[in-house]
Amino acid sequence: MSDITSQSLFELTLNIKEKKLSSGEITKAFIDRAEKSKKLNIYVTDNFEKAIDQSKKFDSNPNFDLKLPGIPIAVKDLFCTNGVRTTAGSKILNNFVPTYESTVTQNLWSQGAILLGKLNCDEFAMGSSNETSFFGNVQNPVGENLVPGGSSGGSSAAVASNLTPVTIGTDTGGSIRQPASFTGTVGLKPTYGSCSRYGIVAFASSLDQAGPMTKNVRDCSMLLEVISSFDQKDSTSIDYKRNNYSKELSKDIKGKKIGIPKEYRVDNMPDEIEQLWKNGISYAKDCGAEIIDISLPHTNYALPTYYIVAPAEASSNLARYDGVKYGFRSPGQNLIEMYEKTRSEGFGDEVKRRIMIGTYVLSSGYYDAYYLKAQKVRQLIKKDFDDAFSKVDAILTPSTPSSAFKIGEKTNDPVSMYLNDIFTVPINLAGLPGISIPAGKDKNNYPLGLQVIGKPFDEQNILNISYALEDKINFKNDISDWWLSE
Amino acid sequence: MSKNSEYLIERENKQYEVIIGLEVHAQVTSESKLFSQSSTKFGAEPNTQVSLVDAAFPGMLPVINEFCIEQAIKTGIGLKAKINKKSVFDRKNYFYADLPQGYQISQYKYPIVGEGKVILDMPNGQKEIGIERLHLEQDAGKSIHDIDPNNTLVDLNRSGVALMEIVSKPDLRSPDEVNVYIKKLRSIMRYLGTCDGNMQEGSLRADVNVSVRLKGETEFGTRCEIKNVNSIKFMQMAIISEANRQIDLLEEGKDIDQETRLFDTKRNETRSMRSKEDAHDYRYFPDPDLLPLEISQELIEKIKSDIPELPDEKKKRFIDKFNLSPYEATILVSDIETSNFFEEVIKNSDVKLATNWITGELFAVLNEKNLEISQSPVSAKNLSKLINLIKDGTISGKIAKTVFEQMIDGDQDPLIIVKEKGLKQESDPKAIEELINKVIENNSDKVAEYKSGKDKLFGFFVGQAMKESKGKGNPQLINKILKDKLNG
Repeated sequence: MSDITSQSLFELTLNIKEKKLSSGEITKAFIDRAEKSKKLNIYVTDNFEKAIDQSKKFDSNPNFDLKLPGIPIAVKDLFCTNGVRTTAGSKILNNFVPTYESTVTQNLWSQGAILLGKLNCDEFAMGSSNETSFFGNVQNPVGENLVPGGSSGGSSAAVASNLTPVTIGTDTGGSIRQPASFTGTVGLKPTYGSCSRYGIVAFASSLDQAGPMTKNVRDCSMLLEVISSFDQKDSTSIDYKRNNYSKELSKDIKGKKIGIPKEYRVDNMPDEIEQLWKNGISYAKDCGAEIIDISLPHTNYALPTYYIVAPAEASSNLARYDGVKYGFRSPGQNLIEMYEKTRSEGFGDEVKRRIMIGTYVLSSGYYDAYYLKAQKVRQLIKKDFDDAFSKVDAILTPSTPSSAFKIGEKTNDPVSMYLNDIFTVPINLAGLPGISIPAGKDKNNYPLGLQVIGKPFDEQNILNISYALEDKINFKNDISDWWLSE
Repeated sequence: MSKNSEYLIERENKQYEVIIGLEVHAQVTSESKLFSQSSTKFGAEPNTQVSLVDAAFPGMLPVINEFCIEQAIKTGIGLKAKINKKSVFDRKNYFYADLPQGYQISQYKYPIVGEGKVILDMPNGQKEIGIERLHLEQDAGKSIHDIDPNNTLVDLNRSGVALMEIVSKPDLRSPDEVNVYIKKLRSIMRYLGTCDGNMQEGSLRADVNVSVRLKGETEFGTRCEIKNVNSIKFMQMAIISEANRQIDLLEEGKDIDQETRLFDTKRNETRSMRSKEDAHDYRYFPDPDLLPLEISQELIEKIKSDIPELPDEKKKRFIDKFNLSPYEATILVSDIETSNFFEEVIKNSDVKLATNWITGELFAVLNEKNLEISQSPVSAKNLSKLINLIKDGTISGKIAKTVFEQMIDGDQDPLIIVKEKGLKQESDPKAIEELINKVIENNSDKVAEYKSGKDKLFGFFVGQAMKESKGKGNPQLINKILKDKLNG
């Protein structure tokens, strides 16, 4: 048996069920590794003591029928966890301890999982490098001083560095898929409405979606099966029959039609990404899939549309952090002064930038030119996909236009930072499922990902295609454990 | 006022007309709030009816309370209005301590109810007031400034309670019309059970839009909005004061600024709250946490079939079926409790007597004791018994008043009162004749005077006979027999 922490969710679950490993042993192994991995700055808040207790409790009365029997899991610090501090990576929620549990995390615990702790992320999930977190940047285990991507940077780094078997992130414009791509891991953003948003600190409500982040596609299917559920507490949750994703997982993609959108060949895209894409296409062909050239004509407008819609919603969603009811408060002589001081001191620069953009695009006199127009373009982007999906079953693209960059490299250039999301935001705007799988490496040996985009509610199909491709690609993420301390 | 009862304000040979539009905020009658399951009960300890949603905790999401939607549709039907099959909830963004989300969920471009109307019964005839729209929105919490000397305290019990904002067209022309309009609106909603209309508890408040123009002018003047007035009396005072302020400005050759004003009830004047330039930019946009609201024709039909008889229809029926005057009918239908009481009474008793007794004696008692008819000290059942005692001649109308006075004390049964006090009317001609004989015997001198032409003495004999009967003699019989005896 290989080292505990390097095992997949599938292996750990099997080992627990076959009583080869106890929940206590597994939990302890991950905690021990976390203690030696502080340099990565992955955890905002750990739950180690309680996790040990819960694992013992599980072992004393194990239920092997559960889908995550005694499996310790750390989650992005955007999920509200009952009794465990939830910060959203922000000073303004630095002292916030929810009295309630998000539906998605509740789904994990209901299937036997144990909370290991809360993972670092960009402040309010706004960022592509985990550098906007109040709790500092996260190191990408792939290489020192490399960003892990964002906003689910703590999550991607935790999976890649074996600090958690699997994790869940949230994806508003690429926040699961881009960090997965940067760390050589798998990340899936489900169809909008698949996973409940109840209890997830909101960034942009019409785009936010929780999803699994894992070492491989099979684990991804296992985790999606647990977290996806209809929830009456979220009015945008959709009541449809969910697949038994792990059970129905299959590498047989013969005859599947896979679209290749020409608009995703952007200027200045590195050759190695072009090559990665070509390799992906030929692997898909090898698996018996049919490759079809398609067009998504409004792709160019996706990024500007996203950077109007998401900040607009965020500017309103973040209005509740005002120092009145909970969280950080900086006292003032009067209400207005208290607001100004609390929000000036409590929010970081990127969050303030987006609140200002959002406030601006919703202002009277600008609403029609920005917000309303963006909503119309969003419909066109959606229609592009609808048209494409009348011809193909799935779409294959690169996940990101580059590999992981150095910490600090883009912090002073927000626009170049935003460009990271160019391949991922259209999928959120259209509400579609998309998955990023590791597909190769660049000249620096940094991982690169491919994205498979599916029809609404067709997660099974993109999981199957990814599963087939994963097998052909045979990606190995040789990480040297350079950060470990004694 | 001019003779055709138009409301005009006069200034040196000029007559100004006052144009009024109301935005009424009516609290939806519902056990729970618009987007959460917290209770809406009035008067609870501060912050005891607050859910995580109401307090806008991170990650909390609104879930529409379908009952409130049905209530709004019901009200729309009562206002003869168009129900919009698709409407949208928007966020109205502004910061205030008692607005936990930092935005109010409201309906902006696409309200649930469109144009409708309300008919007013004015002394000089009926008048139709147009309804522009009705939309649903959340109430805010309450800021309390006078408990702690250094801090403002916030009570979130009201936060998230469902309100219907009912916007009238600028069709109202006088404080009297405003009075009748509010009462009619309240009456319709109480009939429907969609708003209790309780102004003391803040269930009904209004923003009042006022402008003035010279009589005969067709263009509207610049309007001012007076925010959050919570009684009809204050609305009327605010309108009169604001209209006169605007007219004074015009008379001085000054312009009226479009602005939001507040009514100071102590000084009986409005004062500026914020100008148009300072108006908030609420940055309305569709709430992404809620899908557009879609209402099926089936639901509308189902609600329609549950709509009770409304005041206008009831009034018509009372006039047609019971021969009531329009005035009597208007009074009896003005409040659902009153009309229910009336219909209960007339189930087993005379309509005419019931009308008189309810609008007369009963209303007098309610007024005196400041009670609603629902708190009436005399039940419909006992009042109808009393009316039957009058009708069948058991007691006279006069005795009935005595009995009624006693009934008030603990809703006593009039039959028992009459029996115990021996108040039953004496209607036996033989007995009456006997006591009249006695009166004639005892007053032979007066009889002589009467017979010699002093007709006025007849009343004296009636009084004596009534006294002899201890007030119980049937007055008609006493009259008849006396006449026969004295003139015979």
